[in-house]
Amino acid sequence: MDYKPIKKVISGNYAAAYAAKHARVEVVAAYPITPQTSIIEKISEFIANGEVENLQYVPVESEHSAMAACIGASATGARAFTATSAQGLALMHEMLHWASGARLPIVMVDVNRAMAPPWSVWDDQTDSLAQRDTGWMQFYAENNQEVYDGVLMAFKVAETVNLPAMIVESAFILSHTYDVVEMIPQELVDEFLPPRKPLYTLTDFDNPIAVGALGTPADYYEFRYKIEKAMEEAREVIHKVGREFGEKFGRDYSQMIELYRTEDAEFVFMGLGSLMGTVKQAVDVLRSEGYKVGAAKVRWFRPFPKEELYELAKHVEGIAVLDRNFSFGQEGILFNEAKGALYNTDAKPIMKNYIVGLGGRDFTVSDVRKIAENMKKIIESRKLDREIEWYHLKR
Amino acid sequence: MDTPFGERKSDAQRIAFKSVDEYPEAPISLGTTLINFTGDWRTFIPVVDDEKCVKCYICWKFCPEPAIFIREDGYIGIDYDYCKGCGICANECPTKAITMVKEEK
Repeated sequence: MDYKPIKKVISGNYAAAYAAKHARVEVVAAYPITPQTSIIEKISEFIANGEVENLQYVPVESEHSAMAACIGASATGARAFTATSAQGLALMHEMLHWASGARLPIVMVDVNRAMAPPWSVWDDQTDSLAQRDTGWMQFYAENNQEVYDGVLMAFKVAETVNLPAMIVESAFILSHTYDVVEMIPQELVDEFLPPRKPLYTLTDFDNPIAVGALGTPADYYEFRYKIEKAMEEAREVIHKVGREFGEKFGRDYSQMIELYRTEDAEFVFMGLGSLMGTVKQAVDVLRSEGYKVGAAKVRWFRPFPKEELYELAKHVEGIAVLDRNFSFGQEGILFNEAKGALYNTDAKPIMKNYIVGLGGRDFTVSDVRKIAENMKKIIESRKLDREIEWYHLKR
Repeated sequence: MDTPFGERKSDAQRIAFKSVDEYPEAPISLGTTLINFTGDWRTFIPVVDDEKCVKCYICWKFCPEPAIFIREDGYIGIDYDYCKGCGICANECPTKAITMVKEEK
């Protein structure tokens, strides 16, 4: 941990761009979309200023093509990066399956933005969570520092298990808000993240291969199993890489769920991304008022940290799951996952789903207090008033 | 036998994986079709009757693989390592010299 970080006051998007630069990405193919655009603008600027060597920027006509170009680049063995948001991510959907199916460790930053209609550019997690089943790993950043750290770790994890990874940050709350980010000197990043060793490469002409092979019913099944094995392995790799990051740079990411003041907590708030920053602040306030509460920030949504969730769930009476997203016809997506992960265990905390902040609706410390009051009542009476609460709804 | 283009075919064997551990980690085809023959996909197999063949080579032009070649004696031959049994040759043949028969495997 003996190093001098480079401190800069930058936006979440610039943190992503600097991380891509420090990761020495070789190919960036991207298409502009608010609120992601300033990531790729910054990367273009690095190239225009001659600040990066050996980086090809591929301007494309759509996000679908952006991901397709990254897939091609990654299949040659290059380190590929892109960024997008909302409708752009949805347009990429087909290609996301191709990236994971072909086992290519592409890293993408998705700036969470609400899906239209109605048109919105504000924060909402449904865009990324709707890509849950594509075989991409997903890391949710709480702040700009985690965007920077997340991109660097994502490359290392992705290239170890040969699966793509998505680093998710919030529209405007992180993407365009300036904050201090401690960046790591290039030589130390190089030490942490050595050049990629690809599983295969299209440019080995003595040993030709074809990518995108046909898998008949006799073979397809086994390749799907291998993706799941890689996801399982990723859990171990995430712990290891997160610990190494902490030892080297002072910020530990060994836990897939970050626990904040959960020891002796009666109930905890659980959620993803930037809203958990607000929740942590609220936990401090609530603790000072005598509430025994904590926060559980789910850093990695895929692979899902079910063992860590179980360990937490065993020791609390209730979990308030805060979802800035919704799966229509069911419930909040994190709530659905968490409830499901605990079903076959002996941990049975009371769980309630609060739908908050959709489309950038402000979610503040006083909102967390109101939810705490509601949860306290539920736990004291052992009676769930309702399972899903549309918290902000104007009634 | 070499391919109609003169490339040397390897002594190919159908790759069949017995356990999940034998599979490559990613779904890639190892080697080219000089190793991986595609002929075993077919159900029906074209059979040529040289007596009816008038050497028009329409089948040779239409074969999408291309798995039909012209023999030294001017008649046509079929490379069964690559023929997928689509039947286009039999359909196009003006003298009905090619018939599709169910292949015994």
